[in-house]
Amino acid sequence: MALKTIELFIPEGKTTILLGQSGSGKSTLIRIINGLIQPDSGGTVFFEGIPVTPQNALDLRHKMGYVIQEGGLFPHLTAYQNVALMAGYLGWSAERIDKRVTELAQLTQLPVDILNRFPTQLSGGQRQRVSLMRALILDPDLLLLDEPLGALDPMIRSELQTDLKQIFQTLGKTVVIVTHDIGEAGFLGDMIVLLRDGQIVQQGSLPELVHTPADPFVTLFINAQRSPLEVLTGNPS
Amino acid sequence: MKKTWLILICLMMTHTTLPAADDLTVKIGSKVHTESVILGEFVTHLVNNVGGKAIHRRELGGTQVLWKALLRGDIDIYSEYTGTMTRELFVGSGLKTLDDIRGRLLQDNIFMTNPLGFNNTYAISMKKAVAAKYGIRKLSDLRHYPNLKFGFGESFMARNDGWQSLRQTYQLPQTDVRGLQHDLAYQGLNQGAIDVIDAYSTDGEVAYYDLQVLEDDLQHFPKYYPLFIYRADLQERMPQVIKTLQQLDGKISEADMTKMNARAKLDKVPENQIAADFLAEKLAIKVEIPENSLWSRLYQLTIEHLILVSISLFAAIVVSIPLGILAFKYSRLGQIILGIVGMIQTIPSLAILVFMIPLLGIGNLPAIAALFLYSLLPIVRNTYLGLHDISPQLRESGQALGLPPMARLRLIELPLAYRSIFAGIKTSAIINIGTATLGALIGAGGYGQPILTGIRLDNTGLILQGAIPAAVLALLVQGLFELAERWIVPKGLQVKSR
Repeated sequence: MALKTIELFIPEGKTTILLGQSGSGKSTLIRIINGLIQPDSGGTVFFEGIPVTPQNALDLRHKMGYVIQEGGLFPHLTAYQNVALMAGYLGWSAERIDKRVTELAQLTQLPVDILNRFPTQLSGGQRQRVSLMRALILDPDLLLLDEPLGALDPMIRSELQTDLKQIFQTLGKTVVIVTHDIGEAGFLGDMIVLLRDGQIVQQGSLPELVHTPADPFVTLFINAQRSPLEVLTGNPS
Repeated sequence: MKKTWLILICLMMTHTTLPAADDLTVKIGSKVHTESVILGEFVTHLVNNVGGKAIHRRELGGTQVLWKALLRGDIDIYSEYTGTMTRELFVGSGLKTLDDIRGRLLQDNIFMTNPLGFNNTYAISMKKAVAAKYGIRKLSDLRHYPNLKFGFGESFMARNDGWQSLRQTYQLPQTDVRGLQHDLAYQGLNQGAIDVIDAYSTDGEVAYYDLQVLEDDLQHFPKYYPLFIYRADLQERMPQVIKTLQQLDGKISEADMTKMNARAKLDKVPENQIAADFLAEKLAIKVEIPENSLWSRLYQLTIEHLILVSISLFAAIVVSIPLGILAFKYSRLGQIILGIVGMIQTIPSLAILVFMIPLLGIGNLPAIAALFLYSLLPIVRNTYLGLHDISPQLRESGQALGLPPMARLRLIELPLAYRSIFAGIKTSAIINIGTATLGALIGAGGYGQPILTGIRLDNTGLILQGAIPAAVLALLVQGLFELAERWIVPKGLQVKSR
């Protein structure tokens, strides 16, 4: 999806949600942040004051953890090896890696014995926890999550949302999450950025979006997602 | 991948027993017909008898292949016919007498013995009944029967003294003329598929099938007196052998040779036995025939076959995987690489082997080079596809972690492609085992040798001695690869998802 002119400031230590329909450009935007995609018309991403370029992107990504929809775990490595991959590559000692992995398993509430399994032997929720551990292994300053819960069952999804919120609070890191789910956005996000056709329609908190929509599309978008109780009350949200 | 290479290196270290050239080793060549093989066995016995080490490369090919192999030193000695030298090898040089031939050979530093006695000329033959039906006795009679079907050996079709010149001499009108393997021609004639063949006058089959040899009434064919031609250094290295060969001067009559050929082809007596019997009878030379059981022969052939397969496959792996990686990384270059290795695969294997002769001579080296070329495509292609088919999500995952390209290749992309690469290697190995049977055609031995001899002697048992082990080896290798796959392909790619 092509993006138009976007000017966005992502606040430190807060959770920012990139919200929009498919094709709105939200996934493109998150990839531009960590340099997987280069903005073609001279745009620049500043990360901690440094412009992200193809030359420094590899190193800067060590400070940007990244989680994608189905985890993107490497099937030939065990969960542990997936988590430890980058630390091993950077030459950490086995003890240091072990300590860090144990710490992260605690944080993500993943039983340690599960770490010896291969990704295909894990449930969807477990995979996402492992993926989150992998993103956190180098203790990055920024955590990017692209539809991290998109492929999960509603129950597990809800459980993981709760856990994620707690993890983000514990860590106090800057987090950017891409989602199309307004409920998830409201639950997890300090700030929501609503995108449409490659442009920002409105940014603000959920109450701001609900009560002072910048555009009729904002209301349309919010109302398009039915509440489960709507059938009973006969009243959308 | 390291593990695979290790296995192959071990295989090679235990089996690389390529014969080394030294003063005592004599490499004897023979053409694809039985008489040449029997004459080669004479030399083999004599060399072994004086304590030398004879290597007899049987059924190497036609005149040109043998002559070039002699010039290159791939062989030291073989038997040649005077008529073949005057009419084929040195055609146009106007050689007439034995001394003319001797002088011409000396220019290439090749010596010759005296003729052995008999004349083995072309005997254009028909079944007696068919000849009688048309009243054909002489070659010129053929002119009146344009519908007769001719079947000639491939060498006769191509030679300067062969079909083209015969047609001119006798003004023959026949158009249904096909080339086929010399030894199969007799069967074709017997079954009535062809009417006229080019027999050799000393072939045992002429009497066996009761053939009418047509009189060469215009004296088209010269005399084909066999003699041995050899490299000059053999005179110094093996003076006794040369001396004994000179003693054969005129000793082998046409009847003798015909009998020997018949024993080989019709009575299925091994050529080395036939040659030994003759040496004992005529020259009172007792030679020991080395006890060579089926199993020891099989062992030898297996070693030869494994050398061909393992070295060529190993080299192909070493070259193909990087080529596959390049093809994946640079798509333009990739199209070129895949195009070239694909093109190599379309060249018939027989042709590729023969192309190798002028470049690399005969023996193991050209066979290995040809097999190497043949093994490239499956491995290059599967390496390329294995890398290419990695899901974009996983690729992005690797990038997003901040791994540089080489580390991604090593830690992620290649391991994910292992299964595909391994499948390519397996395919190559199995094709290679089959194709390596053709190596015998250019003197590399292996399971192809008994197949070739079996075709020459019309001996199904011999053919099976090559064909069955080749099939078993292919199955065995397939099984081994499947076991190895469990060891080499990462466990995570093998586990079932829950």
